[in-house]
Amino acid sequence: MVNPTWEPRTSLHVLEVRALFLTLIRQFFIARDILEVETPALGSHASIDANVSCISCLYPAVAGLTKYYLQPSPEYAMKRLLAHESRSIYQLCKVFREGEWGRWHNPEFTMLEWYRVEWDYQALAAETEQLIKDLLQPYRQLDASEVYTYQSLFQTYADINPLSTSTQALKKLLQAHDINPPETDYDGFLQLLQTHLIEPKLPRNKLIRVIDYPESQAALARTRKTAKTRVAERFEIFLDGVELANGYQELTDVVEQRARFQRELDGRSAQSNPLPVIDERFMAAMASGLPECAGVAVGVDRVLALALGHTGIHEVITFPFDRI
Amino acid sequence: MATYTTNEFRSGLKIMIDADPCSIVENEFVKPGKGQAFNRVKIRNLKTGRMLEKTYKSGESVEAADVTDIDMQYVYTDGEFWYFMDPNSFEQISADKDAIADALKWLKEQDLCAVTIWNGAILNVTPPNFVELKVAETDPGLRGDTSGGGNKPATLETGAVVKVPLFIDQGEILKIDTRTGDYVSRVKG
Repeated sequence: MVNPTWEPRTSLHVLEVRALFLTLIRQFFIARDILEVETPALGSHASIDANVSCISCLYPAVAGLTKYYLQPSPEYAMKRLLAHESRSIYQLCKVFREGEWGRWHNPEFTMLEWYRVEWDYQALAAETEQLIKDLLQPYRQLDASEVYTYQSLFQTYADINPLSTSTQALKKLLQAHDINPPETDYDGFLQLLQTHLIEPKLPRNKLIRVIDYPESQAALARTRKTAKTRVAERFEIFLDGVELANGYQELTDVVEQRARFQRELDGRSAQSNPLPVIDERFMAAMASGLPECAGVAVGVDRVLALALGHTGIHEVITFPFDRI
Repeated sequence: MATYTTNEFRSGLKIMIDADPCSIVENEFVKPGKGQAFNRVKIRNLKTGRMLEKTYKSGESVEAADVTDIDMQYVYTDGEFWYFMDPNSFEQISADKDAIADALKWLKEQDLCAVTIWNGAILNVTPPNFVELKVAETDPGLRGDTSGGGNKPATLETGAVVKVPLFIDQGEILKIDTRTGDYVSRVKG
């Protein structure tokens, strides 16, 4: 019998830098008087987001085995805290996603998530960039950052207006670049253009901030009316074509929140995916009033990997999914 | 019908695409934040050898190709087909010229080759990395010239032509790297 691989994937140096990052992140938030919190990794509700699959587990209860879910993000629980305390908070935690396994994905990964009460999403984007730059500084000197709107990003790197084109035109553009797309919808084609065509072309060694997403990709971000359409007040930050952060001007309107959940559920039933149940504890917190705030999530493993020049996150995770 | 979901994709996995057996060369999971997940794969068509790229929605199922790779001994040729034997079962199957392709110029009877079989027919033959073949024809060797400077063509017993050092003589047995077609060394007879 062959001995199974028992050694960690990480070098001692990587372990040391990871430990340093965790310390520096905590110092960053202490200096800004943002409170560290912990919320459960286990939840009673799966994510409503049609593009997120939760890992479930069974817990014995009086009525038999009850299904619980490893949390794909601490967002719902942190918003319940925000609704109660109205105070800026952050969390460093493990989150879990079923099926996400690739160079830049591991089904279990380290997330940094924080919320700034009374802040605007653009200010939070700037703070996120500051933190990433602080962490990378000893290892890499980045060039000046660039900011694009989702629209200008697609116009610059794919020569198409993502807010006013047809599904057919997107499909044709993909095929013109030898990308054989599967059958999907308008947003699916936009996302394929982003991952297959735009991300590889993004300038290297600088933070790229993308803001103002199509309304259909708002997730939990507030939307704003523009001259021609509505955009979601959402940002993402990329480095070397890799997404490091995703943030929102948080939606605080509980009626709109329920409508969005319903749309996701309709989308899921159209794909005959299992239907999650809306978390009424979260809805009740939203109804009691979420303070105006901006929130962001950062993939810590990715920041670490890019600081040390790796081409994926497995080298910075002690025991990635294929060694557990 | 056996199928694989994209979660099982890995390099070397054999799947059917447009009725042709293919082998996954590279599989990349991509998912923009809050977006749909896709598997972007580079694939080799095992019939034509051509590379292609394809993107699947993560979770999609794809038909498995009934392809096996086994080591088989080359036995003989009747000029039209090349016959291989499974050294365990002694079963013989034949390969046509398309399947033999470039392996032809290195094949010597009794050599153990990596053979790819699909639906009971040979798709592809890979010769051993190193083969030992006799020089059928070359200019007379220059005695004493072992400096390694300069070379000349030599025709081997299988018909392959390789570049060899000037000191090599007709009738000598040479070790050849079939992946590059390069001369490696003389084999003491």
